[in-house]
Amino acid sequence: MTVAVLKLYLRSPAAIIGLLLLFAILAMAASAGWLYPRDPLSLAGRPLIWPFENPRFLLGTDNSGRDIAAQIFHGARFSLLIGLVATVIAVIIGICIGAFAGYYGGWIDNILMRVTEAFQILPNFLLLLVLVAVFGSTITTVTVAIGIVSWPAPARLTRAEFLSLRNREFVQAGRTLGLRDAKLIFGEILPNALPPIIVYASVVMAVSILLESALAFLKLSDPNIASWGNLIGLGRDVLRVQWYVSAIPGVAILVTVLAVSLVGQGLNDALNPRLKGR
Amino acid sequence: MSPILSLEGLSVRLPPGADRPHALQDVTLSLNANEIVCVVGESGSGKSMMANAVMRLLPQGVDIDAGQVLFEGRDLARATETEMRQVRGAGIAMIFQEPMTALNPLRTVGDQIGEMFRIHTELSKSEIATRILGLLEEVRIPDPRQAMGAYPHELSGGQRQRAMIAMAMALDPRVLIADEPTTALDVTTQAQILALIRDLQARKGTAVLFITHDFGVVAEIANRVAVMQHGLVVEHGAAGDVLHRPQHPYTRQLIAAVPSLKAPPPRKLGPEPILTIEHVSKTYKSGGFLGRGARITHAVKDVTLTLPKGATLGIVGESGSGKSTLARCIVRLIEPDAGAIRLKGTDLASLTREEMRAQTRNIQMVFQDPFASLNPRRKAGDLVAQGLIVHGTPRAEALKRVKDLFALVGLDPASTDRYPHEFSGGQRQRIGLARALALEPDVLIADEPVSALDVSVQAQVLKLLAALRARLGLSMVFITHDLRVALQVCDIVGVMKDGEIVETGPVAQVFTQPQHPYTQALLASVPGREIGTRLV
Repeated sequence: MTVAVLKLYLRSPAAIIGLLLLFAILAMAASAGWLYPRDPLSLAGRPLIWPFENPRFLLGTDNSGRDIAAQIFHGARFSLLIGLVATVIAVIIGICIGAFAGYYGGWIDNILMRVTEAFQILPNFLLLLVLVAVFGSTITTVTVAIGIVSWPAPARLTRAEFLSLRNREFVQAGRTLGLRDAKLIFGEILPNALPPIIVYASVVMAVSILLESALAFLKLSDPNIASWGNLIGLGRDVLRVQWYVSAIPGVAILVTVLAVSLVGQGLNDALNPRLKGR
Repeated sequence: MSPILSLEGLSVRLPPGADRPHALQDVTLSLNANEIVCVVGESGSGKSMMANAVMRLLPQGVDIDAGQVLFEGRDLARATETEMRQVRGAGIAMIFQEPMTALNPLRTVGDQIGEMFRIHTELSKSEIATRILGLLEEVRIPDPRQAMGAYPHELSGGQRQRAMIAMAMALDPRVLIADEPTTALDVTTQAQILALIRDLQARKGTAVLFITHDFGVVAEIANRVAVMQHGLVVEHGAAGDVLHRPQHPYTRQLIAAVPSLKAPPPRKLGPEPILTIEHVSKTYKSGGFLGRGARITHAVKDVTLTLPKGATLGIVGESGSGKSTLARCIVRLIEPDAGAIRLKGTDLASLTREEMRAQTRNIQMVFQDPFASLNPRRKAGDLVAQGLIVHGTPRAEALKRVKDLFALVGLDPASTDRYPHEFSGGQRQRIGLARALALEPDVLIADEPVSALDVSVQAQVLKLLAALRARLGLSMVFITHDLRVALQVCDIVGVMKDGEIVETGPVAQVFTQPQHPYTQALLASVPGREIGTRLV
């Protein structure tokens, strides 16, 4: 089954490009410590050297004289880490709430869905700002905060899947065998509900990376890490002349979000049986 | 007399990677005016593909690659799309299995029938309206004037199929193709629709190509019969010859698989009951505000039945009669509102959910749909072992038991590692049976266990059930809409209508001397009554 999905996945050129891009970014993150062993936030040379001017600084330096290439490579680590952890948090919260709401229905569903809506009516960036303002902006709180503002959509998706699956005959059969509710929810229904949730997780991950950079642009993210967002925020001051300081990390974010989205789209096509044979 | 429609050596190619290279292979068949030709076969035999090939409505990647379809001197296999549009509806019309999906839910029935005239003729609006009304009267829809303005969901299944027939007959086509038109209908409605098709056909002299899987329907309606297997016509002849003197072994096997309408000799039953259902009711309320305007449906109404030890209790009825709800009430998948369900003295209806979980050891269920009732993401062996493991058997031991169970239901014990989608429909139903039997229950509830299966597979599964019943001393509640199956399997039978049991008694007695008018009507509607009474 996994082999078949992989085969279907590799049939789409866009999905392959996405996967290659993602591997390239992972390779950047993995090789950062080896290519740029020094602290990327330490002073490296003259400030504001344009890219390709000095062979020591291929991508130039920012307004405090730090190597941009080093920051991009190290930033890949943080961006992927923040994206991944925030996504895991959002999806786990979403699955739990959506699964219980969809499986039990009735007043449990009512309460959980009203809570979800309470989160949904607030623009999530605004909520993120409030959380960061209250709990401070270390990398941990920023990541957790992004996870917390992103769970409502996965929760609604999980609930919808559970609503359609919970009355299937195989679930009823499990109940007549005497399976407990927890086993029915996580052992029987969830594996069948998972494909669309996995696909949606790629969207959550792309949005998480964007949210972090938006925070950093407003200088509200953790200033002690070399994230791409921080570099964009820094470049804001010299945007009109030395635009490359913001543009280079901007392109890095663009490519990462594109890669994650393409992989998600490819997964969607591979896991969705209705598209088979097209 | 020259035929109106004739297929000459027609072959239809399937895309590469399908289970066989050709959907139809060298099919030669002719259809004369004023006759009904039945094409009969099991699922996958290519019978529907034949209808679609004539209409040139083949799915993408499937093409006619040899042969001709001659209609009024033209070869439809090579006609252009524009020519085909003139033939469809006006020359050859088609009706489908499921009238609900064949009709547009957003437009009235009259509007959709009128479309036939608007596309193919130049009639004025008022003329079209008169024609539509005439057609609806002709297909004997009750209150045709109202039906004209009704939306598809406002009509019953039988009325929708009548509307479809009216639409098909609108332009007096010379050929009518009917693709399983009565399969989705209840048996009494089916009898009415068959009578209607025969009547219209005789009056208008239409040639009918009737596709079905049911030999009972064939016996009711056919003048000539073509039997299909794996895309080939294996036997072809007059209805009487094929039904009573089948030549090809496959035809013989299919006819032999139709359950007989003669009751088998009654079995001796013990006096002691194992399961009693006492005054069980289930009511659904929907809509309404503060109790006003609510719609109340009595799905199960005050049902009392007794299942003696070792016996099989049949519950027969049409769709919506509440028989499946009753089955689910017994195993507490649905909570009954009132009444008691006593299994060996314990009232299942009054147990807490936790106590009921322990009781699942003693009462198990087999479901209708062999595709939906097995979790697609679990291996067959795991599915069967699940119940044992939940009830405390160590995993290794449970998996060993599973191998025995696979052998018991006639599956290869080595296939426990495979996923459900790798099995055929009949094999899946055997997995479902093994799963239910794993806990060695006292009572087995079987909800339409064979109605999703082809007739030959159905016969095998029924035989297996009978063998297991004798070997394990199983007591069974058997839910079915098929009177033939009920007659062969059950000892006692309860006839259900609108949530109530209208008649109950030993199966031979209920079927030979039905007391209630509804039972009599059901029995009179069984198609092809002579099949299986005269033959076997």
